[in-house]
Amino acid sequence: MEITAIYYLIPALVMFCCGLYGFVTRRNMIAMLISLELMLNAVDMNFVIFNRFLFPEQMEGMMFTLFAIAIAAAETAVAIAIIINIYRSTHSVDVRELNKMKF
Amino acid sequence: MSVTVPILILALPLFMFIFIGLLGKKMSHMLAGVLGTLGMGTVLVLSYATAFDYFFSGNPLFINEAGERLQHIVFDQTWLQFTDSLVIKLGFFLDPISAMMLVVITTISFMVHLYSLGYMRDHHGVFEKGFQRFYAFLSLFSFSMLGLVVATNIFQMYIFWELVGASSYLLIGFYYTKPSAVSASKKAFIVTRFADLGFLIGILTLSYYTGTFNFTDFTSSAVAGLADTFRVDLATPEAVLSGFRASAAPMFMGASVLTWALVLIFMGGMGKSAMLPLHIWLPDAMEGPTPVSALIHAATMVVAGVYLVARLFPLYLMESAALDIIVIVGALTALYAAMVACAQVDIKRVLAFSTISQIAFMMVSLGVARPDFHEGLGYMASMFHLFTHAMFKALLFLGAGALIHAIGSNDYTEMHGLRKYMPVTHWTFLIGCLAIAGIIPFSGFFSKDEILSAAGGYSMWVYIWMSFVAFLTAFYMFRLYYLIFWWKEHKVREGHHAPHDQPWTMSLPLIILSVVTCVAGFIPFGNLVSWNGEPYDFMAHFDWSVATVSLIVAVLAIALATVMYRKENPLPAKMKRALPALWDWCHHRFYWDELYIFITHKIIFGCICRPLAWFDRHIIDGTMDAFASVTNKASGAIAPLQSGQIQMYVWIYLLGAVLLGGVTILCLI
Repeated sequence: MEITAIYYLIPALVMFCCGLYGFVTRRNMIAMLISLELMLNAVDMNFVIFNRFLFPEQMEGMMFTLFAIAIAAAETAVAIAIIINIYRSTHSVDVRELNKMKF
Repeated sequence: MSVTVPILILALPLFMFIFIGLLGKKMSHMLAGVLGTLGMGTVLVLSYATAFDYFFSGNPLFINEAGERLQHIVFDQTWLQFTDSLVIKLGFFLDPISAMMLVVITTISFMVHLYSLGYMRDHHGVFEKGFQRFYAFLSLFSFSMLGLVVATNIFQMYIFWELVGASSYLLIGFYYTKPSAVSASKKAFIVTRFADLGFLIGILTLSYYTGTFNFTDFTSSAVAGLADTFRVDLATPEAVLSGFRASAAPMFMGASVLTWALVLIFMGGMGKSAMLPLHIWLPDAMEGPTPVSALIHAATMVVAGVYLVARLFPLYLMESAALDIIVIVGALTALYAAMVACAQVDIKRVLAFSTISQIAFMMVSLGVARPDFHEGLGYMASMFHLFTHAMFKALLFLGAGALIHAIGSNDYTEMHGLRKYMPVTHWTFLIGCLAIAGIIPFSGFFSKDEILSAAGGYSMWVYIWMSFVAFLTAFYMFRLYYLIFWWKEHKVREGHHAPHDQPWTMSLPLIILSVVTCVAGFIPFGNLVSWNGEPYDFMAHFDWSVATVSLIVAVLAIALATVMYRKENPLPAKMKRALPALWDWCHHRFYWDELYIFITHKIIFGCICRPLAWFDRHIIDGTMDAFASVTNKASGAIAPLQSGQIQMYVWIYLLGAVLLGGVTILCLI
């Protein structure tokens, strides 16, 4: 049995959908952050997969993935900092209560 | 002639206005008053010198070999230049009537300045609030009035015309804490402004067709000489009419443009000179301090309309229709005002209506003046009456001011029997009454007699009409005189509280003016002022029959007033009961004010303004409001989308992305 790209893409899609599902349904901001990471990783996987199967002699996809991982780490740090600060002031990490920024 | 003196005549009152107006609060009351009076005194001397120079120096600039008086422009400075041809100048114009007016204005103004030093303080000598402001405004008025009479062109006249209106407004509303004074000042300003609208349109029409503003172009001796025979044909080579001819003598609604322009200009004069139906502001203007009434609303500003017509007289001569209108308006006003004056209680109102009636006399006199009758006697008579009336009416007003000052009320019902308490006021007031009634040898006799002669030359009906008005004049003046000084004796006011004569600052102007009133009739006025500058032999045309008749009329009227009002008796009350309707109409001034209220409130406000206001409020504002409310509602409807719920945003984003993706796929298939 030959392993084609579809075998990698479907887990990535599942991962992305799980992330999306988690992002829109979980109320805890930490959980939403984790879901976000899941979606990012799914996208990273896609980069690697398409690089490997379409242009195996080039490395751009890999490089993008490395960049994305690094940026995601920094971004998570910022997001965590924001969440901690919100928690300090409101004693809650429920995203539904965080509705001050409206009309 | 040097320009220093004329410039000083105008500049000094203006300087005093600015000086006292700005620094008045910093100086004492007395200093401000004395400064104003001294400034006016200087102007008085300068004006007398100028007038004397003009009339008697024999300078060839002012009089030619034939003895005709010439018009002389002392200076004429370009002030506003809009285009090459549309230039507005300010200057100083000397001719018989402007020289005469210089004398009248400065004399009365100086008397009023002096008088106010005593009048504008209470019995303890405490100055009224705003004393300095009062003197500043008096100076402003003097400046404006002097500028008006020496105007070299009709536009300068219009500028100063508005300035006297503004200073009159300020002075009527001097007691601005009194609501009646405030509304009177507004009424005076609005009514005269309305008339000035006609004046402005008249000026523009006239200058559009003649291409000039200058009086010398309207009234140069060339024009006057050619207009020698009355009814100048439109086709004769006239300097002024050439402009009208060049534009093919345009007609508008059946009358020539010249007639329209002259009638519209006369409308301005009607407003300022309180002719029917624009007279309603003058009686109310008596809310101002009495010296102001003497200066502005008796002697100087209200004769501006007469002066305007006299200034443009050669033009009016070319359109007899306009002169006829002046006669009709003047005659109606004279009778109306004289009848109303017979039934007023407030002594200043009586004098105000008497002023209206006397100005109407001057207007009639101008209207009946024709070169083919006694060489334009009416013009001379009108100017003569202007002069004498200014003196004796200022005298009467200042006398009334002394009475009001002493009694503290404007009504004769509060006075009665004052002749023993206030002898100076009594005698000077009597002289004023004799003058206005037309008793020889007081000044009013001469001028009124000439007016009646001129009226007789125009039409017998006008003569009879005006003689009747003269009868009424003598009657109401002596009614007033007897009711103030006789009628019944006072028993209440005794000792310290008895009414007494005034300080010398108030008595002196009264005495000076009464002396002037006694002798002014003997001035050979015809030699000084006539419509075309030629000396006019007054005695050669003196008509003894007219003089006798008018004298008899006056004596009869005085006798009637004596019978009715000298001692307390039931006769006036009986007459009042016998003719209740006449009394009511006269007492309520023929309901003119009510008519104006009806027209403005019911017709203009009710039928025009209210629908307009409704249109404005509902249609114009409504459209704007609709825009605003639609925008507001729309934004309110979409605002909840920005709920602050991040996950809701994600859902909407997803929905959008799916839709876009779906559409893209559909398009690709």
